[in-house]
Amino acid sequence: MFEISPTEWTAILLSLRVAVIATLVATPFGIALAWLLARRDFWGKSLLDAAVHLPLVLPPVVTGYLLLLTFGKRGLVGGWLADHLGIVFAFRWTGAALACGVMSFPLLVRPIRLSIEAVDRRLEQAAETLGAAPWRVFATVTLPLALPGVLAGMVLGFAKAIGEFGATITFVSNIPGETQTISSAIYSLIQTPDGDSAAARLVIISVVLAVGALIAAEVFARRATARLHGQ
Amino acid sequence: MLRVDIQKQLGEFSLAASFTSEGRVTGLFGASGSGKTSLINTIAGLVRPDRGTIVIDGETVDDTAAGIHVPTWRRRIGYVFQDARLFPHLDIRQNLDYGRRMNRLAEDGAQHKRVVDLLDIGALLDRRPGKLSGGERQRVALGRALLSKPRLLLLDEPLGALDESRKLEILPYLVRLRDEAGVPMVYVSHDAAELRQLATQIVMLRRGQVTAFGGVKVLTSGA
Repeated sequence: MFEISPTEWTAILLSLRVAVIATLVATPFGIALAWLLARRDFWGKSLLDAAVHLPLVLPPVVTGYLLLLTFGKRGLVGGWLADHLGIVFAFRWTGAALACGVMSFPLLVRPIRLSIEAVDRRLEQAAETLGAAPWRVFATVTLPLALPGVLAGMVLGFAKAIGEFGATITFVSNIPGETQTISSAIYSLIQTPDGDSAAARLVIISVVLAVGALIAAEVFARRATARLHGQ
Repeated sequence: MLRVDIQKQLGEFSLAASFTSEGRVTGLFGASGSGKTSLINTIAGLVRPDRGTIVIDGETVDDTAAGIHVPTWRRRIGYVFQDARLFPHLDIRQNLDYGRRMNRLAEDGAQHKRVVDLLDIGALLDRRPGKLSGGERQRVALGRALLSKPRLLLLDEPLGALDESRKLEILPYLVRLRDEAGVPMVYVSHDAAELRQLATQIVMLRRGQVTAFGGVKVLTSGA
């Protein structure tokens, strides 16, 4: 039963590529936003906080449709990007990565924000008295101490990205080799008469990937925590 | 030289302090809640005064009338907190080196050795802060502040979190620091005996106001 066909391989590799790119691109933004939400007070903060969580509570199909309206070829941002920078999201794997990045963003930001909030501000003060400019306080004290949360957020975001379905299929459709991820491949297979065993294989693979990601998150977090507590 | 003339409203509490100290160790003395920590934090730049000026070593670091407020990290001060605040993710060597790196100072092996010897922390260099006793941590915190080559060393009850025997263990180091390191200090304490041993000038605070200023003998006249 465990003969993986070329189409399935394509879907698996595409899913991995989409999820890795989505996570790597989203992480710096996630860290910046988490820091803003954890450490700064500004007008519209709760609004921004709500906006970050929106993909978590909106129906994925709605998020996908909004992405299509914004980043589609005739969308406000999508049109400009295509004309000026030659970046196209619609019906491309890049669009799948964008959809996955947006959908996993709340899961990425939350652990990072919590771990930044947990960093003792008195240590940041001590760094400042030793001559560290604000951005160096962040780079040498806050970020290293928040590392377990950053890793946990990345792994969670990755796990969410690899399983994303609704927003992706709405935004970039289900094109084998371009936008057909594991999830959309499973969706197609269970609608074809003899796709059951292929679907089952992909289901097992996605379970393995998800559980693997969770275990990795746990291991990272434990190691980093032990290191940070001076053991 | 340290010149302070500031006012600060902190909720219900108002702090007003004015003094000029040429002393090697200026003791800020007062009961808890007298405004000692707020005052030392203002000197450090962690608290911004509502009105007034602060001059450290000839440089005006605060002047509200002229709109000057030099941020803490540019004041070239050292600060030893009651709770050492060593960085838990760095070992002792890296903790000691932190201020030098942040101030982009050249490596100074001679000074490093002098400070490490003065504070007897040579055996701790490869350890993590989590493995140190309270007294050891405080000695490392002193070394870390000194190695950033500050113009002024601020100490906020550095013995406050230690028990009696530990205090006696650290006090001689502070005396040596005063006599050998050549960095002027501001030393906050509520313990008159401690200040009698260390301070050369005393600023006495009560409810946010300076009630006496002068030599160590002001400690005996009431308070």
